[in-house]
Amino acid sequence: MRIIFTILTAAITIVLCYILNTNSVLPAPLGKLLSPQHGIWQNAEPANKSFNENIEIKGLKSQVEVRFNERLVPHIFAENELDAYYVQGFLHAKFRLWQMEFQTLAAAGRVSEVAGERALGHDREFRRLGMVYAAERTLKVMEEDPELKALCDAYTSGVNDYIDRLTESTLPLEYKLMGYYPEKWTNLKTALFLKYMSQNLAARENDFELTNALAYFGRDNYRALFPLNQDSLDPIVPGFIGTDSAFKVTAPVNYDTIMPQTTNIELYAKPSPELGSNNWAVGPQKTASGAPILCNDPHLGLNLPSLWYEIQITTPEYSTYGVSFPGSPAVIIGFNEDIAWGVTNGGRDVRDYYEIQFQDETKQSYLFNGEWLKTEFRYERIRVKGKADYIDTVAYTIHGPVMYDDTYNRNSYGDKYWAVKWSAHVPGKELKSFNLLNKSKNHTDYVEAVSYMKAPGQNFVFASRTGDIAMRTQGLWPAKWKEQGDFLMPGTDSTFLWQGFIPDELTPSQLNPERGFVSSGNQKPADSTYPYYLGMDYPVTRGLIINRMLSDMDKITVEKMKAMQVNNYNVFGEMAVPILLKYIQPQQLTLEMQVYYEILKDWDLYNHSGSKGITVFDIVWESLKACIFDDDYKNAPAVIARPFDMTLLEALKKDSTYRFIDNIETRHVETLEDIATEAFRKAYPKISEMDAGGKLEWAKYKGTRVTHLAKIEKFSRLNLPIGGGVNIINATTTETGPSWRMVVSLGSEIEAWGIYPGGQSGNPGSKFYDDFIDKWVKGEYYQIKKMRKEDSSPEWKITFTPA
Amino acid sequence: MKWIISVVLIAAFSFALCLYFPWWTIAIAAFIVPFLIGIRPGMAFLAGFLSLFLFWGGVSYIISSANNHLLAGKITPLILSSDHSFLIILLTAIIGAVVGGFAALSGSLLRHSIIK
Repeated sequence: MRIIFTILTAAITIVLCYILNTNSVLPAPLGKLLSPQHGIWQNAEPANKSFNENIEIKGLKSQVEVRFNERLVPHIFAENELDAYYVQGFLHAKFRLWQMEFQTLAAAGRVSEVAGERALGHDREFRRLGMVYAAERTLKVMEEDPELKALCDAYTSGVNDYIDRLTESTLPLEYKLMGYYPEKWTNLKTALFLKYMSQNLAARENDFELTNALAYFGRDNYRALFPLNQDSLDPIVPGFIGTDSAFKVTAPVNYDTIMPQTTNIELYAKPSPELGSNNWAVGPQKTASGAPILCNDPHLGLNLPSLWYEIQITTPEYSTYGVSFPGSPAVIIGFNEDIAWGVTNGGRDVRDYYEIQFQDETKQSYLFNGEWLKTEFRYERIRVKGKADYIDTVAYTIHGPVMYDDTYNRNSYGDKYWAVKWSAHVPGKELKSFNLLNKSKNHTDYVEAVSYMKAPGQNFVFASRTGDIAMRTQGLWPAKWKEQGDFLMPGTDSTFLWQGFIPDELTPSQLNPERGFVSSGNQKPADSTYPYYLGMDYPVTRGLIINRMLSDMDKITVEKMKAMQVNNYNVFGEMAVPILLKYIQPQQLTLEMQVYYEILKDWDLYNHSGSKGITVFDIVWESLKACIFDDDYKNAPAVIARPFDMTLLEALKKDSTYRFIDNIETRHVETLEDIATEAFRKAYPKISEMDAGGKLEWAKYKGTRVTHLAKIEKFSRLNLPIGGGVNIINATTTETGPSWRMVVSLGSEIEAWGIYPGGQSGNPGSKFYDDFIDKWVKGEYYQIKKMRKEDSSPEWKITFTPA
Repeated sequence: MKWIISVVLIAAFSFALCLYFPWWTIAIAAFIVPFLIGIRPGMAFLAGFLSLFLFWGGVSYIISSANNHLLAGKITPLILSSDHSFLIILLTAIIGAVVGGFAALSGSLLRHSIIK
């Protein structure tokens, strides 16, 4: 009898252990997860944890010392660059491993491996876009450069030596929660990370949307909705830049008489159009101290763990400080002993689509210049957690991969196939730009360094201790004829190809301009005299307000620059509010509505966190756009471009009888007064609803959040009380914003300040996970203190000794 | 006295095993102690249950306190849809306790089946 009980209870014990060790019964393996010696409790970092350590390691040539300050920023002191990058890789892994792997899984279209079938859409999109293809090509070029390869190898072995030391208990929290284990790092993953940035930043195109707009509206109305230039543009580099003698592009004959058909397509999710950045540098003649000051704040997706990791790298050759990308060696934005640099996104249209005509459904050959060319195929094997592998077959043409075809977002018009041509497919040595910037001593070095930048093209700002300031809008830019790539193009005809790239001598650039400053806010790099077509889709407003403020300022100090980076003035509102007030007829509004009309009237044009005026303005402006355009778009295809806000604003400023104002669905002709008043009336329900819910204050309405990369709400920071927004220097929207703010004064001693919305640790169980956020919200900075090896004792110290 | 010694030994043995082996080796610890020491099945269950309740609950409480309950505050809503972060400590303790209890019971029963 007892033996039966014994077997029974032993069976219960074993079954219990099994159930608590797997997620096939309960949603999580609770035993494994909650074991105090293995599970999540091991990630609960003691508040007074010491980070002191002595690590013996094989991969090093000499001893490396890492000194941490009280914010957990490492200062690496190495005897040579390879050792420094090795330790950078080790530290990135130690503090940010889950994030760096997850971002590269996303870049490689491999999220399904850990998240299951729901990520298949994302994975197919990235594979079909040619992300892995692009990374492999870039890796090849990187590894053909022996110096660059050695640097990448050092970084990779640093990451891997950390991974080798992991145990079940030291595994980052997210791996435990999602139940997988990190793979070895490779140089390909570094290349994939760089492509991830291209996917974020070099993806600004509206080819399908604009083609449908042209097809739907006809040329005349199309041009009125999408003018080639905006009157208020103040380009990055003002004035005449060069002649077109160097290299000419020719448009195909009569291309502008071809009217496209509308295309019915379901597009993949594009990166937020609000990704952008500000940078500027002021020369010695404009500062109080006579030292140039350089400022930069890249506006990227706000995530935890942060995209950035602050670091100092010091070797006998150079000493650089700034922010790095976990996943890549080098400092990306920062300064050294002689110079400082920063970036904003170039944002030009470097991605076009070509229609492919295959010979038959096997897609073995496609038509080009009257000949049948052979297709190459790439078989993308996507592993899906809990399901069979998914094999995606992607056809490659001379244009690039056929992203949209009958297996992916098939359109109802039958057999249309779209290949994607993208500058990020062109292999480049972007990493070399940053490696060389880290040790640049002067303007010449900087020009050489940034010349390696292909994608994502960036506006590099520069300042040196010797008093030089400069800007270069650097990248691999296709030389385009007017409107090339605004629309879908036929892939059968070589006259529609990119005919070459803009020669470097015509790169819009400046060195010590007379106005005493250089700046960029993602606006168009040059005016309409520029010999190549630059596209239409650029934000105008931040460039305008930055240039206005810098022109007006004198005796500039660091404090003034910090105040400017967090400035909330709304230059778009400055232009738009007078128009609204001119045309809205308050006497036609109810008394309840008039309360909000008064709030709009009294708005001080600042997007402060507590402002109600901006919220009313924002809702009314959205309503005005709907009232003016919705009737015109009523029968439009689902995928279609809407006019940019500045286009409507400039049209209304010039002409109160703008042709789209009239509601074509009514019998009589509406005036701008009618429509503006109507827009306010239609905005009222939303405004009063927000007010009733206590959400009329801008920050509450906007709800800025810093979201965990796996969208785990409790690992995110929500509803941050911060102002700013679109069109504002403090470009903090709901999910994007200044991801790193930096001000560097280049006097005899370089002084710097910086902050990013995150923390140095990627562990949600660490107090260093998000400890910068509250200060960032308040618009405050940390003073960046470069350490020297002989300086007094740091907060913590890790010594790496060669084994 | 035997019982108290069992409680202490199960916890100590669990700790040692978990330094090198997976979490479920706590079941081996809780199984072996009553098998060797020989306490009655009912008391063995209580010993295994209490030992791991105190051990897992205590250690997770100490860790969480040193962490100012930062992680518990984020994990409890995730696993238990509750904001009371002590609940995750309680759950940790109960999971250890239930596994420990049944393992200890098995160990005691086996001893009694062999040694009549």
